[in-house]
Amino acid sequence: MSYAVKNLTQGSRELIAFRIGDQEFCVNIMSVREIRGWTPATPMPHAPGYMMGVINLRGAVLPIVDLSARLGMKDAEPTARHVIIVAQVKSKVVGLLVEAVSDILTITDENIQPVPEVSSDLEKQYARGILAIDKRMICMIELDALFPEKESEAA
Amino acid sequence: MDMNEIKEIFFQECEEQLAELESGLLKLNDGDRDPETVNAVFRAVHSIKGGAGAFGLDDLVSFAHVFETTLDCVRSNKLEPTQDVLKVMLKSADVLADLVSASRDGGSVDESRSRGLVKELEALAHGELPTPSAHAEAPKPAPKAAPAPAPKAEAPKPTDDSGFQPIPFSFDGFDADEETTLEGSTYEVIFKPRRELYSKGNEAALLLRDLSRLGDMSINCDMDQLPALDKMDPEASYFGWKISLKTTKSEDDIRAVFEFAEWDCDLDVKLSEEAASEEELPMIPVPFDLAILDEPSAAEEEEKSVQSADETVAAAVSAAETASSVTKAAARASEKKESAAAAAAAAAQNNAAAAAAAAGQTIRVDLDRVDRLINLVGELVINQAMLSQSVIENDTTGTSSINMGLEELQQLTREIQDSVMAIRAQPVKPVFQRMSRIVREVADMVGKQIRLVTEGENTEVDKTVIDKLAEPLTHMIRNAVDHGIETPEKREAAGKESEGTIKLSAKHRSGRIVIELADDGGGINRERVRQKAIDNDLIAADANLSDEEIDNLIFMPGFSTADKISDISGRGVGMDVVKRSIQALGGRISISSRPGLGSTFTMSLPLTLAVLDGMVVTVAGQTLVVPLTAIVETLQPEASSIHSFGATQRLISIRNSFCPLVDVGRILNFRATQANPVEGVALLVESEGGGQRALMVDAIQGQRQVVIKSLEANYTHVPGIAAATILGDGRVALILDVDAVVAASRGQSLKPEMSLAATG
Repeated sequence: MSYAVKNLTQGSRELIAFRIGDQEFCVNIMSVREIRGWTPATPMPHAPGYMMGVINLRGAVLPIVDLSARLGMKDAEPTARHVIIVAQVKSKVVGLLVEAVSDILTITDENIQPVPEVSSDLEKQYARGILAIDKRMICMIELDALFPEKESEAA
Repeated sequence: MDMNEIKEIFFQECEEQLAELESGLLKLNDGDRDPETVNAVFRAVHSIKGGAGAFGLDDLVSFAHVFETTLDCVRSNKLEPTQDVLKVMLKSADVLADLVSASRDGGSVDESRSRGLVKELEALAHGELPTPSAHAEAPKPAPKAAPAPAPKAEAPKPTDDSGFQPIPFSFDGFDADEETTLEGSTYEVIFKPRRELYSKGNEAALLLRDLSRLGDMSINCDMDQLPALDKMDPEASYFGWKISLKTTKSEDDIRAVFEFAEWDCDLDVKLSEEAASEEELPMIPVPFDLAILDEPSAAEEEEKSVQSADETVAAAVSAAETASSVTKAAARASEKKESAAAAAAAAAQNNAAAAAAAAGQTIRVDLDRVDRLINLVGELVINQAMLSQSVIENDTTGTSSINMGLEELQQLTREIQDSVMAIRAQPVKPVFQRMSRIVREVADMVGKQIRLVTEGENTEVDKTVIDKLAEPLTHMIRNAVDHGIETPEKREAAGKESEGTIKLSAKHRSGRIVIELADDGGGINRERVRQKAIDNDLIAADANLSDEEIDNLIFMPGFSTADKISDISGRGVGMDVVKRSIQALGGRISISSRPGLGSTFTMSLPLTLAVLDGMVVTVAGQTLVVPLTAIVETLQPEASSIHSFGATQRLISIRNSFCPLVDVGRILNFRATQANPVEGVALLVESEGGGQRALMVDAIQGQRQVVIKSLEANYTHVPGIAAATILGDGRVALILDVDAVVAASRGQSLKPEMSLAATG
């Protein structure tokens, strides 16, 4: 792992990077509450396909989202090696199912490249930039855009 | 503690005082003539006035003052508390409550109403008196009004403990009071505080200072009763003062100085007959210079210190402070300073303990703290269940000491849970009391005579339930008054008492609270309800409905039988809203009506919204919890009792009646095809509207008390699911919303039902 831990200066931020399939994504570390192992979720009736169900997080009911499916890729087949990123999205807390957490990045705004013009609407909606780090491409996503306030309507 | 917090406490206390006031007045209304009841009512108004004065809430003070004056007439037996008098007083209590909430929340009060009542109250205080004398305070309609008349040549009357005494004066003087008092007259005030005065935190010196502001004053201190220092009780009161006051103010103003101390001192105020004063004095005159309040001089030091010891001890301020001030005093007065200090400190401690005991058996606790505790206990229950389960899984003998310990733990957790729930449990009394006001007001508006009888108002239920109960109950009470009870003429024509009765009762029944609202009115006019429902397209014109079904039509949205829409009810947003709020609380409502005899609404509500007794079932591999209260019976269907009905519907025959079979797994979309009923278990549930449905589940796991967890907190409302819970294995299980599932089985899709629930 290439930890680039520097003192946070003006304009720099920390991101948490994770893997889904062969792609890497990252989100702002400030919205991440904790990272935990996969536990089977209780499915919800009438829920959209990416909604895996709910789990018990120390007494609170936590909905689990298959981020792979939510991003339009194939449905995840969770194993014990999968992890759940517990993240704060607006006023709610959701669990994001990903394959593995790969890195913690400290970057400045200059490191962020704009999202190239692609045809997929979904990518345009959630992608906020692209990072090139150690020859890897990491896509920065915006959680608030993934989970609009009125989820039931979107579903 | 800043001013706002203190003010908040004042308003909380106001609520209590208002409740006390209302219940007292209602007791009087029922013929209770116990002087203690009158006193309690009087005290309630007086305390509100006192507190309001401290916060400068003038409207409140002036109204409370007039109210208090009239109440005092009742207290001194000058005014007979007849029904008419009490009617005015109850209305006044309502206005007082309005004023309190207006002071708290901003808002305004209907001034004409309060002014009218002030007039009525004053009329009661003056007009209805058998003798032409009025009460000492009566001529003071508001604090800002002209100074009350001073009785010029009246013989002073002895005062009783309360300090409130009728002082006869002529009404002629009422108008001419200005010139009579302008000259200034000399009053003799004898003021002897009792120990209670100090223990309530009042201070004689401050009272005297206030008094000195009224005019020229000379003070003699009566120290006859002062014992030697070693015999002195530091908490007792030994001094009295004889004050000669030359002032232009009236006697009432003088008494007003002692307003909050009047119960705790002997007070005598009279016009001085100049010459008599000196000889009459049995006491040694001690020059009492008020300057000592700011800068104690050596001569008065002892007196001052002893006095301050009295006060500080009594007021239970910091014990250390007290001890030091007493020590100072003692050092100058005698050599026994240690013992005095020790005595004072001990007394301070005693007093603090006594004060704590006297403060009553309750404490105020922030609701958030209780909620946090309840959440933690919920966790404990879940954890304990998880622990039990893993022990059972790993230990097959079942006799180990771990098992025994676990059993004890289980009992303890259950007990803790019950005790914590008991903290939140509150009597329904406050809500019921609010209802009596609504009955009064609405009855007045529609010109009916109605008495509200409450029963079981000490029945306890969770605070959340109580808070959410007020609104539907208000709707129902309004309906009962407006539609239920007939007009007096109609009642008499029907051979009933002209005064209608509404009975509101609460009781516990099998782990739920049952609230009944019964009126002795005309009952539901089924023909009209039916016609109205047809007119409003709620039912088909040729629908064949049972009496019960017709009665239940009033719960349909958009239903109203009132011919004319009034302020009170009839806009069609009534009973359906009531029903929905009751259902939101996990409760049920039913109606029974007998033509000519009245209607009874029965609400059954869970005692708490935090836990629920449920049946744990398996549906399509998923674990669900069905609220036990919804289940009527469970049965194992036989192939012969299952009948296909049309293309997809199936009915089950239960004791020769046919009941639609609902596959829960199919409704919740857990499986694509209907399950074979014979392989599962049917739960017969009672649904809204009185109909029954058989819910098909795969298996019953058992019955358990579960802790309710919100799904909405992190997710959204899910149609067909009421909430979630966490089971012994640590997994989340969903709690079935039986009514929504039944409604879905009627052909309504779950989605629109959900949006309805969200808006309602």
